[in-house]
Amino acid sequence: MRPLPELTPENTAFWTGGAEGKLMIAFCADCAHAIHPPQLICPKCWSEAIEFKPVPGTGKVYTFTVNHQPWMPDMPVPFALAVVDLDGAPGVRVTAEVVGMPPEAVAIGQTLRVTFANIEDVWFPQWEPAQ
Amino acid sequence: MSLNAAITGVGMSDIGRKTGRPAMIHLAEAARRALECAGLTRDDIDGISTYPGKADNSPGMSPLGTGEVRNALGLKTRWHSAVPDGPSQMAPIQVAAMAVATGQARHVLCFRALTESSSQTATQRASIPGAGRARLGGWYSYLVPAKAMSASNWAGWMAQRYFHEFGMTREHLGLVATGQRAFAQANPSAVMRTPLTMDDYLGARMISSPLGLFDCDVPIDGACVVIVSAADAAMDCAQAPLTIEAMGAALGSQETWDQRPDLTTMGAHDSAADMWKRTDLRPADVDVLGLYDGFSIFVPYWLEALSFCGHGEAKDFIAEGNIGPGGRFPVNTGGGQLSGGRLHGFGLLHEVCTQLWGRADGRQVDGAKVGACGMGGGFIAGSMLLRRD
Repeated sequence: MRPLPELTPENTAFWTGGAEGKLMIAFCADCAHAIHPPQLICPKCWSEAIEFKPVPGTGKVYTFTVNHQPWMPDMPVPFALAVVDLDGAPGVRVTAEVVGMPPEAVAIGQTLRVTFANIEDVWFPQWEPAQ
Repeated sequence: MSLNAAITGVGMSDIGRKTGRPAMIHLAEAARRALECAGLTRDDIDGISTYPGKADNSPGMSPLGTGEVRNALGLKTRWHSAVPDGPSQMAPIQVAAMAVATGQARHVLCFRALTESSSQTATQRASIPGAGRARLGGWYSYLVPAKAMSASNWAGWMAQRYFHEFGMTREHLGLVATGQRAFAQANPSAVMRTPLTMDDYLGARMISSPLGLFDCDVPIDGACVVIVSAADAAMDCAQAPLTIEAMGAALGSQETWDQRPDLTTMGAHDSAADMWKRTDLRPADVDVLGLYDGFSIFVPYWLEALSFCGHGEAKDFIAEGNIGPGGRFPVNTGGGQLSGGRLHGFGLLHEVCTQLWGRADGRQVDGAKVGACGMGGGFIAGSMLLRRD
């Protein structure tokens, strides 16, 4: 069983937006800066007016790796992890497991779409082929 | 432009895999050897510092804090410090340098002790942050729960991007791994000393693409001690003082492994650039290097960070034979962590100091007088330049 993130005021929207099928990213309401990992304060202008907004849920693979090592006894391998430049949130990347395609088919520059996996009170973003 | 601080002694325990020896026994052995190297006694030590301090969030990662070591070694100190959030595993050495330069202490015992080899089990892997815990916070809560559990994943996606942009291949990293193994064969204290061929390297199982088994360093049990002394106090020690010419600790990006805008660079680039601003020495003045090799890919990153070659040029720099045995800029001449074992950077610095003192039997770099050391990967980075006059 993989460990889960501790839900906090700054990150709960990110980890639970998937319950409504939405990838929620923190933005500064004053300067529009996209903030990830989410913070309670804008690292750019120090505003405390942080709002979570849904982004389109697509993005391009900046880089990836295929993990072959079972780090826990019940971990199925191999699987791909993609670091994705998000559409609609400049400068933000979301790193997640790639599902719905063979790990060896993942490539830099590929467009992927978010889908969610629910474990307890956490909705993990996962990446799947956009088409 | 050097600091009023010098390294005066280093010591390493007999490191190994599954030694079953308690961390404190390793630590005491390393301390005894460092004091002997420096020509100091226990009572000369008036400061102690470590990275990260006692930590139980990863098996065997840091079984000893300054408190336990003070108690066990009977130290009376004027300065003590553990630095979990500093500029890399080098932070305690940088802190010690500042402590002696400001007169807070005269001789600081800096240590790193690990029992990752003896401590890990199938369910509690070494170097998996938060292993066994139900809920995680902090930067790794965005990675570990997302199944990016190991630093090999984080380094793997850095390498993948670097390969993509600059045409590096596994063979280039294989030259790092096989070159360091060749060095290790001349170092009796390295844990991996059997010859490693390029075929062995390429044939080994993949861990996290493009990184395979021999791209990853080796968890060990062991301890390493570095003694940092005030410049005037260093003159009375047994070895020629290794003056800390400059050090760098800058970090311009977030504490994460995936958000830095250009992942073909890392914290090392910020830290190293800051270091070079503090000295008149240049890369061409350097004789021997200790570069963090938790994963082989960090070596080309550090080479570029420290300006030994340009961005994207490390693959050619390595292929030209610059960093292996007989090269102009030999890197990790004791075998590094890939072949010597993971002492979290301390082992690399131990080797640089050994070279500068001319005591690296069988692998000595002729006339080595200036050494560069870079510790850390990803956002974790500290740089240091040492000079023997």
